[in-house]
Amino acid sequence: MTDIDDATGSLPTTDAAAAGLDAHLVVNRGAFHLDVALAAAPGDVVALLGPNGAGKTTALRALAGLTPFTGGHLRLDGVALDRTPPESRPVGVVFQDYLLFPHLSALDNIAFGPRCQGAPKAEARAQAAEWLDRMGLADHAGAKPRRLSGGQAQRVALARALATHPRLLLLDEPLAALDARTRLDVRAQLRRHLADFEAVAVLVTHDPLDAMVLADRLVVIEHGRVVQEGTPSDIARHPRTDYIAQLVGLNLYKGLAEGHTVQLDSGPAITTTEDLAGPAFVAFPPGAVTLHRDRPTGSSARNLWHCEVTGLETHGDQIRADLTGELPLAADLTTVAAAELDLHPGATVWATVKAAQTHAYPA
Amino acid sequence: MTELDKSGAADEILVGGDAREGRPRRRRVRADARGRAPLPLLLPALVGLAFLLLPLIALLVRAPWRSLPDQLTSPEVWQALQLSLVCATAATAVSLVLGVPLAWLLARTDFPGRGFVRALVTLPLVLPPVVGGVALLLALGRNGVVGQWLDSAFGITLPFTTAGVVVAEAFVAMPFLVISVEGTLRAADPRYEEAATTLGASRFTAFRRVTLPLIAPGIAAGSVLAWARALGEFGATITFAGNFPGRTQTMPLAVYLALQNDPAAAIALSLVLLAVSIAVLAGLRDRWMTAS
Repeated sequence: MTDIDDATGSLPTTDAAAAGLDAHLVVNRGAFHLDVALAAAPGDVVALLGPNGAGKTTALRALAGLTPFTGGHLRLDGVALDRTPPESRPVGVVFQDYLLFPHLSALDNIAFGPRCQGAPKAEARAQAAEWLDRMGLADHAGAKPRRLSGGQAQRVALARALATHPRLLLLDEPLAALDARTRLDVRAQLRRHLADFEAVAVLVTHDPLDAMVLADRLVVIEHGRVVQEGTPSDIARHPRTDYIAQLVGLNLYKGLAEGHTVQLDSGPAITTTEDLAGPAFVAFPPGAVTLHRDRPTGSSARNLWHCEVTGLETHGDQIRADLTGELPLAADLTTVAAAELDLHPGATVWATVKAAQTHAYPA
Repeated sequence: MTELDKSGAADEILVGGDAREGRPRRRRVRADARGRAPLPLLLPALVGLAFLLLPLIALLVRAPWRSLPDQLTSPEVWQALQLSLVCATAATAVSLVLGVPLAWLLARTDFPGRGFVRALVTLPLVLPPVVGGVALLLALGRNGVVGQWLDSAFGITLPFTTAGVVVAEAFVAMPFLVISVEGTLRAADPRYEEAATTLGASRFTAFRRVTLPLIAPGIAAGSVLAWARALGEFGATITFAGNFPGRTQTMPLAVYLALQNDPAAAIALSLVLLAVSIAVLAGLRDRWMTAS
């Protein structure tokens, strides 16, 4: 490892200057100021999360070279890219509405990048065919983008970006253009492709669920500034602003589903209404958790865990309780309820969640 | 659902952004509000219509239909027609080579005085063609600002040559192409070019491989318009290139000359130009005739 000042400490990847992404993006445009520091190691998936107009897309465009920097720096694998034009950056972009070239077939869309990088036509097309195969779209090689479904177009866009072998992959709201049903499948596929990707991936989203499922680390941006960053569960349980508390109001777990039960990788099983098999996620909002001082009897809730309160934070008129024990989770309750339960750090409580309020989906 | 939406969006880009789906609805709304036209509007409207159509009808009525085949196969007519087609096509080619990049510059870049440059480009649209011809003489004539240099350095003389006809026609016709292509470029999504650059394409490669195919319909429409304008060009041509049969005498010039000594030939030539105009209009009907 290179000799790097570890004092800043808050970032999990302090050796990012050597390999991976080390960026400080400063963009001033009229009244809007963006000032965001980002660091990530190869293999990391970072989600920029924030409300509309927070500057997520501007940050992404700055990374891609489509919006010029006002200040700061951008280093990728130790190479400064601040002044490099977009066509010379080893950066791939999956745009929100994909922007597949409508006059080119799926194959030629993917071959476009390798062609621009100097590959002979036959070679570029062979590479593109390989990518289509990997995406399970070998049958659609000759299809024009308008003939592709939303999920297929998304995969072609991903393949097109990956075909240039980028060291930084940027995804702008990768699932926003899909309807709810396709979204589940595509999210699971995208997750696998991102897991296979060996360089840095940065995705922008306003959907906390997408961010938590797809990313290892969240960077929450409000008004052009980073307000919080950390792992998804960290942020869900210790939101630093009211906005984040509302936004990332999700308890999210991964496990193995069998029927209506998801056995978590570590910890108990959770009963859900969905009938699934194989790796799955389970999510439920903190508001779905009910806390009891004593073990409830005759409760219809199948999900019952014994927990200890480790922290309490006030968000508006709500209190978010951070719990550990059988299942680490966050619970929202009113100040009145918190007082009645006599909640304080160290107190033990019983937490219940109705199966109907959980949401399970394939990982 | 998504697929439908996407193809709709693509269509919109291709037709230059005029909302095709919206048109029938708009028409229906107007029909509801139509009712009876008041006389002070109806009367001048009908007179105006007659005024526009009458000359064309007269041309058809007085056409020497019986001698028409002979007229049209005479060597003079063929010569003029051939020259017209060659020159108009060459002028369109010149307009394409210079006009498309100019349109791109106006639509996609921002430089000081862009609005002023755009106004200058459109000037030939409103400038009397004769004035254009005089200006061309002063610029490219044997003693013109650039012309004398062209003459002494390369021995190139443009005025009163076939090349001069092409120059005069291109001068008048190119703005039509530039305006049409610029409009299409503005309607096309510039983010496709951005997507191309993130894939490693230089701006020129992005233009050549992505933008050009996307705006092809606009370029085609602009070319047809420019070609039609070049074919009918009279004022600038006769001023700059003169009226030499076989060399610079195009159809409109031949019509004008024939009118003085052989009116039947003039009518026959006019019919040919009318037919070409109608063909052009038919070719562009999707773009303009239904655009209300």
